[in-house]
Amino acid sequence: MDRFRMIFQYFQSNSESVMNGICGLLALASVKMYTSFDFSCPCLPQYNMAYGLGIMFVPPVIFFLCGLILNRQSLVMLEEWKRPQGRRKKDLAVIRYMCSSIMQRAMVAPVVWIVVTLLDGKCLICAFSGSMDPENFVGFASVSPEQVQQLLAKVPCKDDELMRNNTSRKAVSRYLRCWSQALGWSILLILIIAAFLARWLRPCFNQATLLQARHWSNYIDIEQKIFEETCCEHSRLFAHKCILHFFESMRQEIKLHSFSLPREGEQNEGEEDLLRGITDQDQVNKLLKTWYYEKPPLDVS
Amino acid sequence: MDKFRMIFQFFQSNQESFMNGICGIMALASTQMYSAFDFNCPCLPRYNLAYGLGILLVPPFILFLLGFVLNNNISVLAEEWRRPQGQRGKDPAVLRYMFCSMAQRAMIAPAVWVSVTLLDGKCITCAFCTSVPMETLGNASHHHLSQGEIQRVLARIPCKDIYNGQELIANEVAIRYLRCISQALGWCFVLLMTTLAFLVRSLRPCFSQAAFLKSRYWSHYIDMERKLFDETCAEHARSFAKVCIQQFFEGMSTDLVAARCHLPKKAPVDAGEAAEKLLGITDQGTMNMALKSWHRCKPPLHLHPPALPAGNGWAGEGQPPTHPSVPRRETAAYYSSV
Repeated sequence: MDRFRMIFQYFQSNSESVMNGICGLLALASVKMYTSFDFSCPCLPQYNMAYGLGIMFVPPVIFFLCGLILNRQSLVMLEEWKRPQGRRKKDLAVIRYMCSSIMQRAMVAPVVWIVVTLLDGKCLICAFSGSMDPENFVGFASVSPEQVQQLLAKVPCKDDELMRNNTSRKAVSRYLRCWSQALGWSILLILIIAAFLARWLRPCFNQATLLQARHWSNYIDIEQKIFEETCCEHSRLFAHKCILHFFESMRQEIKLHSFSLPREGEQNEGEEDLLRGITDQDQVNKLLKTWYYEKPPLDVS
Repeated sequence: MDKFRMIFQFFQSNQESFMNGICGIMALASTQMYSAFDFNCPCLPRYNLAYGLGILLVPPFILFLLGFVLNNNISVLAEEWRRPQGQRGKDPAVLRYMFCSMAQRAMIAPAVWVSVTLLDGKCITCAFCTSVPMETLGNASHHHLSQGEIQRVLARIPCKDIYNGQELIANEVAIRYLRCISQALGWCFVLLMTTLAFLVRSLRPCFSQAAFLKSRYWSHYIDMERKLFDETCAEHARSFAKVCIQQFFEGMSTDLVAARCHLPKKAPVDAGEAAEKLLGITDQGTMNMALKSWHRCKPPLHLHPPALPAGNGWAGEGQPPTHPSVPRRETAAYYSSV
């Protein structure tokens, strides 16, 4: 537990670290989800491509939206964008900076899913086995044109009785998987080169503006947090006062209506303050009923 | 837990140690990635070489660039390289030191991948199975097969289940031969890397050690300075926000009091902290107006000293004479860290 608390505190200390942490967790979740997902190609001519490409592209969109939702900064950015100008000017560079940083972090999990999908190969084999040219594969070249589509569509299903020991099936599968892995590594290479160039070349362009935009976007975030904290603190005190007033008014009402003499004992003074004049079951019941049926007004002035 | 905390603190305390930690994690990640990756030789004549060499060389390049991208020092280096000279001279030796130290750390994960790949043998087997010497290992006397046919048959060596050239050259013999060469290459590569690392470490003090110490010190300094600057800016933003919000709430309650034309209520003597912390907002209508105003009309980014010393809920430092200098003091603190 200590270990988690320390790691948690390290990440909490900096809001950027929190966002990086969330981004990393989403990427790990995406890998885990892919490995636990039971991919089952339909092995039918029209359905294969829809299923294969669907599994490759729909979960990344979901992860992208999750990345936007889980990132606190997206709300802050939207609020800053839509607020009326009022007495504080709006700086578009700050909004652009926040937008780009949110997008970059939200893109990590979808890209991880797509790359893992391509490196595994099952989706592409399922989607494109029907588009293969049967002439290139010995086992399919001699089959009639009507049947060849059906056979090609069954290539992803190893356990189908037609395909079980078919060497041409293995050849098609291997060929498609090779292309899929090559595509996956290429995409990864291009993205890493882009990230490297972005990090290396960024100080060459407008470094001063970037520092300003980063500072003020951090400021807006902090200001929002402090405002919420101040409001919470205020509402706690407000509630405290409101309830004190309520108990006080209850005590006075009970004093007016009941004719019992006030108790004499001095040693009970401290406790009686805490009990606020409500000292038996009926009074407590009355208090609770009044709290429910007639809440006090929101005014402690 | 104590041990873990100590290790964690040790790595955190020093930027270089932290980078060494990341470097180690990336090396482990590279072996994990290799074992998780499903190597799938295409077993076709021209594709084998491209696939095998691709898997041998492309992921190390990716890992090398990733080592740079994950290293925070890269933006420090780029910034130091591109900044205008101003009042501080630039020392190319420091830049060179930073670049070399980053490049050395980034080289470890690719070297691990290449070693693991060569020692495992699948990549070299796949890439060079068509170049196996048939004269020494098999029967080269099957001349009725054309060159293209022979190439196609040899290309299937890594795929045992579809290999049909057992008369030409035995599958196990070819694979054993290729794997032996691959492992020899792997061990030579590891030996070469280790020897290079040893030479670099042991010979460095022989060459301009004083200049090296200077570069190392100033590169650490630039790193520390940037971190401290970022922290100071964050602290400043926090204080700025606190004061701004407090002045906003005060401004709200003053405006409302003026608008309602009420006599200001005398705060009871024993109100204590709670009344001050309520910031003058004591009913639902006022609070709603404050929240609406926060959204519709945010206060300007301009802190002003509180004008009236009496009766405002200024719960901060209680020294009026220093208040006019507060903005200036904050500005001075902002610049002096550079």
